Amino acid sequence: MLELLWLVPAIPFASALVLAVVRLPRKVVAWLAVASIAASTIISLLITYSFLHAPPAGNAYTEVLWRWLDVSGFHPDIALYLDPLSLIFMVVVAFVSFLIHLYSTEFMIGDDGYSRFFAYMNLFVASMLTLVLANNLLLLYLGWEGVGLCSYLLIGFWYRDPVNGLAGRKAFIVTRVGDTSFAIGLFLLFQQLGTLNIQDLMRVAPQSWHVGSGVAVAVAFLLLGGAVGKSAQLPLQTWLPDAMAGPTPVSALIHAATMVTAGVYLIARTHVLYALAPSAQFAVAVIGAATLLLAGFSALTQHDLKRVLAYSTISQVGYMFLALGVGAWPAAVFHFMTHAFFKALLFLGAGIVIQALHEEHDIFRMGGLWNRLPVAFWTFLIAGCSLAGLPLITAGAFSKDWILWGAASAAQGSTGLWVAALVGVLLTSLYTFRMIFLVFFGQEHTPIAKKPGAAMLIPCIVLAFLSIAGGYIRIPFAHFLEEVLPWTTRVASAVPLSETASATAAGLVFLLGLVLAWFFILRRPSLSSALVKNPAGAALHRFWFSDWAMDWLYERLFVRPILWIAQIGKGDVIDGSYDGLALLTQGGWRALRSTQSGKLRWYAAVIAGGTIIFIAVVLFL
Amino acid sequence: MNAVPMSHGLILGGILFAIGLAGLLMRRNLLLILVSIEVMLNGAGVAFVAAGSRWAQPDGQIMFLFILAAAAAEVSVALALLVRYYRMRGTLDADTARGLGE
Amino acid sequence: MSGPMEAAFYVAAAVAVVSTLLAISRLVAVHALLYLIVSFLSVAVVFYTMGAPLVATLEVIIYAGAILVLFLFVVMMLNLGTRDRDQERQWFSGAAWLGPAILSAILLAEVIYLIVSGATTGGLSATVGPKEVALALYGPYMIGVELASMLLLGAVVGATHLSKQEARP
Repeated sequence: MLELLWLVPAIPFASALVLAVVRLPRKVVAWLAVASIAASTIISLLITYSFLHAPPAGNAYTEVLWRWLDVSGFHPDIALYLDPLSLIFMVVVAFVSFLIHLYSTEFMIGDDGYSRFFAYMNLFVASMLTLVLANNLLLLYLGWEGVGLCSYLLIGFWYRDPVNGLAGRKAFIVTRVGDTSFAIGLFLLFQQLGTLNIQDLMRVAPQSWHVGSGVAVAVAFLLLGGAVGKSAQLPLQTWLPDAMAGPTPVSALIHAATMVTAGVYLIARTHVLYALAPSAQFAVAVIGAATLLLAGFSALTQHDLKRVLAYSTISQVGYMFLALGVGAWPAAVFHFMTHAFFKALLFLGAGIVIQALHEEHDIFRMGGLWNRLPVAFWTFLIAGCSLAGLPLITAGAFSKDWILWGAASAAQGSTGLWVAALVGVLLTSLYTFRMIFLVFFGQEHTPIAKKPGAAMLIPCIVLAFLSIAGGYIRIPFAHFLEEVLPWTTRVASAVPLSETASATAAGLVFLLGLVLAWFFILRRPSLSSALVKNPAGAALHRFWFSDWAMDWLYERLFVRPILWIAQIGKGDVIDGSYDGLALLTQGGWRALRSTQSGKLRWYAAVIAGGTIIFIAVVLFL
Repeated sequence: MNAVPMSHGLILGGILFAIGLAGLLMRRNLLLILVSIEVMLNGAGVAFVAAGSRWAQPDGQIMFLFILAAAAAEVSVALALLVRYYRMRGTLDADTARGLGE
Repeated sequence: MSGPMEAAFYVAAAVAVVSTLLAISRLVAVHALLYLIVSFLSVAVVFYTMGAPLVATLEVIIYAGAILVLFLFVVMMLNLGTRDRDQERQWFSGAAWLGPAILSAILLAEVIYLIVSGATTGGLSATVGPKEVALALYGPYMIGVELASMLLLGAVVGATHLSKQEARP
């Protein structure tokens, strides 16, 4: 069964090729796109089954397809590697992508670029699966870049509007900053250790480097740079809110299944390096904590439904980074899984709402939808509760409590991180219920244009089920991952709390957020507007609304200087030489043109002159 | 046997050819350009006949006959064109026919 | 072949050169054509002295006879007058002749150098009569003859066509 592993990324890739090249009717396009991901999902589930029943030797399976290249000692293979970590990522990515594809068949039905859309989507999934299954970092990088390319193509999918193209470019360029850092990290790794095979690296690195050695720290930081770019963490998170320019299923795919979690996977995959570089690992935790708070505050102020969700994604991925940073590896992966379920669901629900209200994105113009879109409401509510962390029931609560507990008790945990995570819970609860109350309760603002069909509702229901049920498999999940990602604990907890107490605190904070949101949005809406109206509140609101003025800062710090340099570099010497070439050509053209006078005698004279020269050459040379 | 050296025959052909060329380049009158072309053809013919005579072969004279045929064909067509041109433009100035250069 | 023939060659050659020079430099077209006839006749003499009587005859009949007559007909048709002579004078004045003269002189110098420096020895004494020429012409050169006849036919058709179109308004 395990030999079928290569089909998992290969089928979506083949389907993407077919969709890109062949012009097919819409029905066939939809079938092909969904069936390819479904096949890959089924195969990955079968592989999971056989992996669990008859674990391969060493609890890992490598499938070498062919040698990619072989240059003086450097010979990466096209090879896939399956262990519990990549297995979980593969299954989640394939399954969630399948549901999103199914949803898209209906969501995108009126669009001109139907086939193009699914070609990109399939390629996106194929790239992500390659990334997750790669057995060496070079192949991983290929998938990494494929994901980046597809995100660019899909964010700018409606390219006729220049704003969308701009958003796509921004996503591409900002992640490119991280990718460059990642690439340099790869060079350094290869230069130091002579291989890019992940398992070899993980085995050799602890032997070659002692804990805290300079090279290890440099490599860890460089890889972190790549992860930060792809996962939209501080300071490279600015692209993600703008990435909302793409169609809603694309957002769901980027946020839930593919792309942003790539950074989490990279760090989890190379966790040995971070164990060797405690300072880098601490940086991961700090970045995660800072990002989750900053994005949480920004999410509080957004008007655009999808932007709220975008900031919530940044915030939630911040939680994963926090978990990675403190050494609570399985908690990060667990949160990745639950987040994939509820965040995909949130986006799919948002898509239904937005389509129902004539492409209305502003949550202040929505309202009272709960009884008119019942399925969307209930599933959205479940996902929202999961996101905010409704204790004991939802999957999100289990994973978040686990991370909180990790922040308190894991090797790198500290009180500060724990408190940050707890504040994050409050913020999450606040903005989630603000959004839900504004969208589904209160007054009706816009009539409904379109009711979702079965293809859009079924994925929502399945994901709603998973958003709750996903939480109960925590114990077997941890056990399953134990060998690959051992929980790094220390004896004395940083926070004098038991795990239950930490979870209880989180539950109370969640309730506080819920009540606050209810109070400010439904009970006393005038109070919140008064808060926004007073000068300090308005300034803060503007500050948070603009994502802590990051875009403004980057615009001045990087974009304008570079544009300025480009401007002054426009007329430099090299350019001048090209201009000179053009002038020379033009001069030659003028000279040659003047010989074509049309005068008969001139032509005859030229022929005579040519004859003379020819004879002279024969004679005297 | 002191005959004319072959080189003198060839030089005569060369001189005639050069004079024809000079005329071709000098004159603006299309009629005289045609005349110059006849002179050049004639010069070439002289060279052929001289060579044929040197080797006592008929080939030189045959080449001259072909030149003669070509000249006759050329002159008949060219003169027809010239007459048409004169009727059209009212002049024989070769420099007015420069439509190719524009 | 002895003295008289040689003398005839040089005299005829000199006449040919001078009359050709005059032919290309006349202002009146008819004068130029008359000098050209003289040139062709003297070239015919040159041919005869080089031992090619058939070609000499054809030179007189076809060149001096047929082709030049064609030219004269055209000159008559065009009805060129004093206005043209004045224009010719204007065209021919100044240094208009200098460039072509230099160009031709250089070419001539090169050709003469080639001839003199090359291995062009031997005399022009052998007579090749009409019979040999005819045998070669209708033997190995048969295809050439056919092609020449095709060419002449084409010329006839072309000339007829050109003059016919002119008849149309």
